Amino acid sequence: MVTRILAIDDSRTIRTLLTQTLQNAGFEVSTAVDGVDGVQKFQQQHTDLVITDVNMPNKDGFGVIADIRNGPTNRTVPVLVLTTESGAALKDRARQAGATGWIVKPFDDDALIAVIRRLTGAL
Amino acid sequence: MMTGDTAMRDIFFEECDDLITDLSEGLSAMRDGQTDDAIVNAVFRAVHSVKGAAGAFALDDLVSFAHRFETVLDAVRSHRLSLDDALLHVLQRASDVLADLIDAARDNLPANPAQVDPVVAQLQSFLGDAPQPVEDLDFEAVTLAFDGPDQPARRYLIRFRPNAAFYASGHDPLLIIKALQALGPTSVSVDLTRLPHSLAGLRWQDGLMGWQVVLDGPATDLPILEVFQFVDDLCDLQITAGPDDAAADPVPIAPAPVVEAQTDTSDRSGKRAAASLRVDPERVDRLINAVGELIINQSVISQRLQEASLPNTAELFSDLDDYKLLAREIQEGVMAIRAQPVKPLFQRMLRIAREAADMTGKLVTFTTEGEATEVDKTVVERLADPLTHMIRNAIDHGIEAPDQRIAAGKSAHGSLRLSARQRSGSIVIEIADDGAGLDRRRIRDIAFEKGLIAEDAQLTEAEIDHLLFAPGFSTAKAVTNLSGRGVGMDVVKTAITALGGRVTIASVTGQGTSFSITLPLTLAVMDGMIINLGGQTMVVPIASILETIRPKAADLSQIGLNSTLLRIRGEYVPVIDLAERMGHTTLPRDMTERVLLLIQTDSVPQCALAVDDIFDQRQVVVKSMQGNYGEIAGVSGATILGDGKIALIIDAEAVAQGNTSFPATNSHNRRDVPHVATC
Repeated sequence: MVTRILAIDDSRTIRTLLTQTLQNAGFEVSTAVDGVDGVQKFQQQHTDLVITDVNMPNKDGFGVIADIRNGPTNRTVPVLVLTTESGAALKDRARQAGATGWIVKPFDDDALIAVIRRLTGAL
Repeated sequence: MMTGDTAMRDIFFEECDDLITDLSEGLSAMRDGQTDDAIVNAVFRAVHSVKGAAGAFALDDLVSFAHRFETVLDAVRSHRLSLDDALLHVLQRASDVLADLIDAARDNLPANPAQVDPVVAQLQSFLGDAPQPVEDLDFEAVTLAFDGPDQPARRYLIRFRPNAAFYASGHDPLLIIKALQALGPTSVSVDLTRLPHSLAGLRWQDGLMGWQVVLDGPATDLPILEVFQFVDDLCDLQITAGPDDAAADPVPIAPAPVVEAQTDTSDRSGKRAAASLRVDPERVDRLINAVGELIINQSVISQRLQEASLPNTAELFSDLDDYKLLAREIQEGVMAIRAQPVKPLFQRMLRIAREAADMTGKLVTFTTEGEATEVDKTVVERLADPLTHMIRNAIDHGIEAPDQRIAAGKSAHGSLRLSARQRSGSIVIEIADDGAGLDRRRIRDIAFEKGLIAEDAQLTEAEIDHLLFAPGFSTAKAVTNLSGRGVGMDVVKTAITALGGRVTIASVTGQGTSFSITLPLTLAVMDGMIINLGGQTMVVPIASILETIRPKAADLSQIGLNSTLLRIRGEYVPVIDLAERMGHTTLPRDMTERVLLLIQTDSVPQCALAVDDIFDQRQVVVKSMQGNYGEIAGVSGATILGDGKIALIIDAEAVAQGNTSFPATNSHNRRDVPHVATC
């Protein structure tokens, strides 16, 4: 079964990069342009893993996670936070928000794909 | 991430342009006193997004500058730094540098340290004052493996017992086990000792189960740690290396902390990405060309049909009218694709004004109006240079130094207003300052010195003002760094004329100067009056024709040998024989047999152009002749008519000014250049 990933980022560049990278790795990708769009798309379609930016208009990445974790369906979906921050502060914040994992931008294609495979079982 | 992909780069730089626009908008809102969180956040986000995406392309200069910029903005955002004029000024400079770095990256040029470093230092100085949060220097711990590849496989005992947060964060023990299995042969056992005897009320997520995995695997525990990368604090984890028996004591479990997901639903009034389509401009240009041909083709067909004198043509011509309407609708639709708001252009000018003010030490309040006004893309692109020049001029020469202003009873801050609006088929862009106004005496002196006018020339104020546009005229007493680089306002005028526009000046001594640029809405198609002139078919733009008149003898009066005046509604306007102006030698004909086109434009008083006949009003496709023939006096372009013949398009305004040879860039077009250069 194809693994479906929802990528939420307000940067068109990052969205395009993610889409290319993930599609090349055999994932099915849909994208959303901000937190509100992301949560809406998440609720409308089946998603195996969410990748979300933190700093976005309308609703930030932690808001997205909160909505997913308190939402009606699929609330234990793995959510990867994509961010330029690194270190302990990020880890705490991501952890608090209920993120499954975090990837620091700029990300390494192979590392990202390895993490996604591990978190979705698409080994 | 991919870095070598040019299409990706294009997307990135396009996005950067948008982000820079957001950034400068946000900063100018902040400067206007709007410092609420939403605006500061939007500004932060713009810089942050540039940094994030630039990292993907290894644009290190850009990333490191954006990082510093972002750090300061973050301090502002979290109220660790208070926003004052000095900080705003630095933020604005940083925004300019960021834009430059993006431009440099686009052109694969290195950053200019002379420009970047001072701003970095300034940014840094603000951070020095603010109490900084503990810097996130703690990177993920990495254990380096020094063992050789031939190291024998080691046996690991891994015990883990997830807590509730593990499940709540979207982790799955099964996936962890699967990931461990991928590292080598395993045996897995589950520890159920914590399970209550009664399964009633059991909650799977309470973290009551633990697993033990014996793994014969990797030489180091690094891949194992990687499996637990995100969960090391969400479960009790023990990893022991070396041969061991799997029957160890159950791992004690710490009380599972209840983690509540933090909600952040605060309303952020950032804008949502507009649903838009990005199209290669070349494709649009192809479409525009094709539509132009379509319109020509339509007039060819309609002319052929008329010539064919078919019977019962009423329906045919009504269909043809539909065709015309459709063609026009398509044309308008296509032109609308090319239309762009002047906003990005105006934002750029904001920066030019700021730099000019900084450099001259003048205080300038720069305001823009009508940023949403849409203009053809080419116009937006080609206006940048003339506008830059005019804005610099206005600040350098127009607006006075603060002490002079105060002495003149004005406020120390000069005002510079850049506005755009649509007015009856044209776009009017105005640059108005409240400075000293033009120094007409000096303009006159310089024009005389440069041999542009005779010493005793009788000039009106408007004529003196327009001397500014004469080639080679430059008023700067000293060559400043800013304006006066030997490039005069004549270059501005040439650029605007090339766009089919014109520029006029209004200046009141002591109160200010305003330049007004009038441009056609679209460049490719215009409504024209088809006329006959000495047997040749020509086109006069409808936009400049007020009305057409077949004069009565009683309304015409002869003044001297060659001048005729037309009396219309009690006023007299000069009659200009277009044929004569265009160099045609026609037999003198009685004016009453000819048609007069009453011309009125912004820069010249009314006059009447005498032509031999008028045929039709029609949309014509404007083809530029400059590429092939240079600039031709009194002719703004050419078009192809329905019969396939070429007709020149008359520049009614230039003709009306009696100025058919200005500005002649090609000497063979130059006839007697009048001393007074107007525009």
